[in-house]
This record gives sequence, structure tokens and C-alpha cells, in this order.
Amino acid sequence: MDNTNTIIKVDNLQTSFFTHRGEVKAVDGVHFDVPAGKTLGIVGESGSGKSITSLSIMRLIESPGRIKGGNITFNGEDLLAKTEAEMRSIRGNKISMIFQEPMTSLNPVYTIGDQIAEAYQIHQGLSKKEALQKSLGMLELVGIPSPKARLKAYPHELSGGMRQRAMIAIALACNPQLLIADEPTTALDVTIQAQILRLISGLQKELGMSMLLITHDLGVVAETCDYVAVMYAGKIVEYADVTTLFKQPKHPYTVGLLKSLPRHDIDQDELQVIKGMVPSPDDLPEGCRFAPRCPFAREMCVNSLPDLRDQEEGNQVRCWIHTDEWDGPEVNVKDDYDYGYRTVEGTES
Amino acid sequence: MFIYTLKRLLQTIPVLIGVTLVVFLMMHLIPGDPAQIMAGERASEEQIELTRDRLGLNDPLPVQYATFVGNAIQGDLGNSIRNGRAVTTEIGTRFWVTVELAFYSTLLSIFMGLMAGIISATRRNSPVDMFIMVFALFGLSMPNFWLGLMLIQYFALNIDWLPVSGWGSPQALILPVITLGTAGAAIIARMTRSSMLEVIHQDYIRTARAKGVKERYVIYKHALRNALIPVVTVVGLQFGALLGGAVLTETVFAINGLGRLVVDAIGQRDFPIVQGSVLVLALLFVLVNFLVDISYRFLNKRIELD
Repeated sequence: MDNTNTIIKVDNLQTSFFTHRGEVKAVDGVHFDVPAGKTLGIVGESGSGKSITSLSIMRLIESPGRIKGGNITFNGEDLLAKTEAEMRSIRGNKISMIFQEPMTSLNPVYTIGDQIAEAYQIHQGLSKKEALQKSLGMLELVGIPSPKARLKAYPHELSGGMRQRAMIAIALACNPQLLIADEPTTALDVTIQAQILRLISGLQKELGMSMLLITHDLGVVAETCDYVAVMYAGKIVEYADVTTLFKQPKHPYTVGLLKSLPRHDIDQDELQVIKGMVPSPDDLPEGCRFAPRCPFAREMCVNSLPDLRDQEEGNQVRCWIHTDEWDGPEVNVKDDYDYGYRTVEGTES
Repeated sequence: MFIYTLKRLLQTIPVLIGVTLVVFLMMHLIPGDPAQIMAGERASEEQIELTRDRLGLNDPLPVQYATFVGNAIQGDLGNSIRNGRAVTTEIGTRFWVTVELAFYSTLLSIFMGLMAGIISATRRNSPVDMFIMVFALFGLSMPNFWLGLMLIQYFALNIDWLPVSGWGSPQALILPVITLGTAGAAIIARMTRSSMLEVIHQDYIRTARAKGVKERYVIYKHALRNALIPVVTVVGLQFGALLGGAVLTETVFAINGLGRLVVDAIGQRDFPIVQGSVLVLALLFVLVNFLVDISYRFLNKRIELD
């Protein structure tokens, strides 16, 4: 990928929580970049570290969490070297964030207008009146009906979908270069989900933003993303452009995720699931973190962790199967997944 | 807002009826014959009968109650047995002293309590937090009269900065206000701390930070206003409790407030004074709680009446 076109580059990011039970590695050496104007999806189950990754970029990790190492380069500037005041001038201005819970993400005691206007007052030094005028424009942009009245409404007077639109208005108020959307549609009704997703993608193209979309929903990824990073237990296991990921998934976990999507084209008696559970971050397997759940796992997988290795066209995968060191029979991960084979004792779930 | 206020105002009516009823029945619930008590122990049968007639005690109870309420509304709460002066005049001069004392004490509690609570919450588990919380525990556990005596001993007697007792000058106000305000400050500090800690972990606080809001404004603008509702409740109750509970402080500092009036009246069996004072205090309590309810609505527009 061309570096000049990269809006944000995350390099070996490590974020840990230091609890009384010891260090919990929530994000453990994550790499990715988001090309300018493109959307990168980060996919993973709950607890895979995707939200912590996004909060790390914003430098909003709260105690006892801490960014332990790595680099985050935004527009060529090192975010981890910035002072708190410098970070504040970036948050909500150049990098904005939308959260999962529209019902609780807006302050209940201030009007929608006040909450959007605040972004203009902080970052553009506008007066309250000018800021409210611009906020009205934002409400129109995000498609809230009768925006003038909504400006004076309190969050509890709006539905979930409308609140998420208001959140989007806050996030986009200052024309950010990067929008981080953390599960923006998860808490919404299915019909509203599609609307909000379309709104976000539409505005992204219209405003020329880059986007980091955090989700567990591959359907959302297929609809909105250009590139996808699949996270598992604090590490990225596969990085690919969206077409390749869906056509030629390489990591068994990615295949497992794809297979567990309900299909509408064939009759399914039951849904497929990936057996087992995401390992707890304070008790991670030594080798490949997916090995205990992987149908292809061999002894080498249990014993040592593979690197994230380059594949064709800038795609990457973290799996022994795609290396020369692989000591098992040849495997086509996608086709053989259902049959799999287990040759290592103790990996049976 | 207007409708909310009106509704809340209407809701005080049953409370007021209850209050007047209880105060009225006090007369009949005390042991013995009220007329006997009022006429004095050595009064003859005729004198007692005369008193009973004068007090309207021969009328049916509902009629007596109606008369009592009717008179009270017109500002007539009867006359003191001890000196025959109107109860309203007796209470009137003392009432403002106590209200003033309670008001300044509450103001001090709010100021100290909020500051301490916010500092504690934003530096949770730090030495500062622990110091404040231990201090608050002291403030809460210390009996008022003892604190008052200690303050007099040091500030009035040892270093002679402030008057020992009395009322009227600003200096005389300081020690009683501290004495009375400390416990309230401690309660408010603890309340503010726990309420703030709860609010600080809400999603909208994260939203504010993600917007680039300065930490100071995150705390004072976004968090505090949400955290204030339980605190305001405590402030209201506190103010009410101070009105009735200022007796000891008033005694220690020799202040002629309502509290002392009531205590003296009880000792002298000056029944109309007790009755009138209780009624006035109860009404004031209802008023304060009404104001608290109204302020909820200012703090948080979500609050609706059922």
C-alpha cells in the first residue's frame, strides 16, 4: 500500500489492562492502515480487542488500561507522542467516533442542538448562535425530519435511530478526516440498521472521509468496507480486501465466521457455529490463539504462534497452513473446513 | 414546566391536610384533658368548663378542625398560655433567626460538600480521596453540640476571634453555621462522590471526551449536572432536618431561635406555641420539598410526573 495515501497507520499496537490479577493483553501487537477515503472494517467476536483498538487510536483508554507500546501515525503525525491538549484538538475534529449505544451515548440533560454545537464551539471557536446555526445544517445532512424542532429536543424525545443520526451529526460536525464507527448499528432495529449504514457510507463518500468500522457483523462489512481486518483474541489473523476475503478466505477463523452466517440460498436445518469460546485475555493459549477451536490444528499450531505473513496483493494472514513450515497435508481452508481433521490430542473441544 | 409545577403544587394539598390534621389532633392525643392543662392544675370545675367552652372543645371534632384550619389560614394560631401573646407574633420573631441559621448552614454544606465530593470522585482511591472520606466520616459522626462546644472553646475562648454566643452580627453567625453545616457537608460530600462516580462511567461522558471536551468541562458540565439529582434531594432533606434539629446548636450558642422556643414551650406546657411551631416547621418542610421537586425538573427534563 502506498504510504502517502494512508490516513492512519497502526503499528504493533499493544494495549493492556493492569488489574490486581496481572496484565491483561486486550490488544496485542495490532497492525493495519486505512487508505485515504477508504473504509477498513475490523471484525471479531466480543472480547477480540476491536473496541479497545479504536479507543486506543482516540487515546481514550481509561485506567487501569494503558497503551503499552507501538505506534499510531495519523497524517504522518505520531498520535502517541501528542500531549493531552493536542489530542483534544484532534478528537471530534480530525478523528471522530460514533458509539454502539445511541440510547446512552447522548447526555440526557442537554438538547441535541447544544451537543452538536459544542463541537463547533470547541474546535472552531464559534459563538453559540453560529454553532447552533451550523448544527441545524448537520441535522439536515443526517436526515432528521423537522430539524429545527429537533435542535431543541432532548435525547429522550428521540427514537434510537434518530439518536444515532444525532450522534453522527456530532461526529461529522467538524468534517473529520477519519471516522471511527464502533458497532454503529448493533443496537438498532434491523430496518433502521440498513438506513443508518447507508447514511454513514453515503456521507463518507460525500465528505471524502476515511472510516474505521468496528463490527462483528460480516453482512455490514460486505456492504460498506473496502478492506477487512479480522481480529481474534487481541491479534489480527487476516487482512484482505473485501472481495478476496469473501471469495477466498484464508484463515480458518474467517472461514468459520463466514460459515456461521445464516444462508438464504439453501435450506439449512441448523446454523453452523465455531465450537468453543474466545479465550479470556488473561489466559491466552501459547501458540496460535485459535488453535483450540481450529479444525485443522496440529501440534505446531498449539506450540507456536505464527506471524502475520504477506500474501498476494497486500493481503495478510496469520496461519501456519499458508507457510512453508506447514507439516500437514495440503489443505484448502474454505472447502475442507466442514470436514477438518484433528490430529493433535487435547485440541478436541 | 408550568403544568409540572401546578401538578406538583396540587400534590402538596393532601400533605397539608395531613399535617394540619396531625397538629390539630395533638391537642387531643396528649394525656389528660387539654382544657384542664390550659386552665392550670388548680382550676375549679367551672373554670375548666369555661376554658373548654372558650376553646370550642365541646363542639364536634370536625367542626373544631374546621375552626382550627380556618383560624390558621387567617394567621391566628391562638395565644400563648404563658404570656398571652399571639402565637404568630411569638413564632414570627424567632422563625427568621432559625431560617437564617439553617439557610447559611445549608449553603456551607452545599459548597463544602460539592467541592469535596467532586475532588474525591475525580481522584478516586488517591490519598486525597481517602483523606476527604475519613474527614467526612468524622463530620458525620460528630455530635453537633460537642463540635459547637469545641469551636467555642478554641475560636472564642482560646484565641478570642469570634463571639461565644449571640446573634445579629456576621461574626456571631460563623461558629453556629459551621457547627450546623458540618454534618450536612459530610453527607453531601459522600453523596456527590458516589453519584459522580456512577455518572463518570456513563457512555455520554465518553462521547464528550471523544468530542474533544476539556476534562474540566467533562466533569463540571457533562457529569455534574447529571450527578446533582440525588444530591439535591439530600440538600432538601438536610435543610428540613436543620430547621427542626437546630435546637441543640441554638442552645449551645444561646440563639433565640424557633428550636429553643419549642423546647421552652414544652417545658412550660405552653401548648399553643408547640402546636403553632410544629405547624410552621411542617409547612416549611413541605415548601422545601416542593422546591426540590421543581429543581429536579430544571436539572433533568426527562423527569415527568406519573
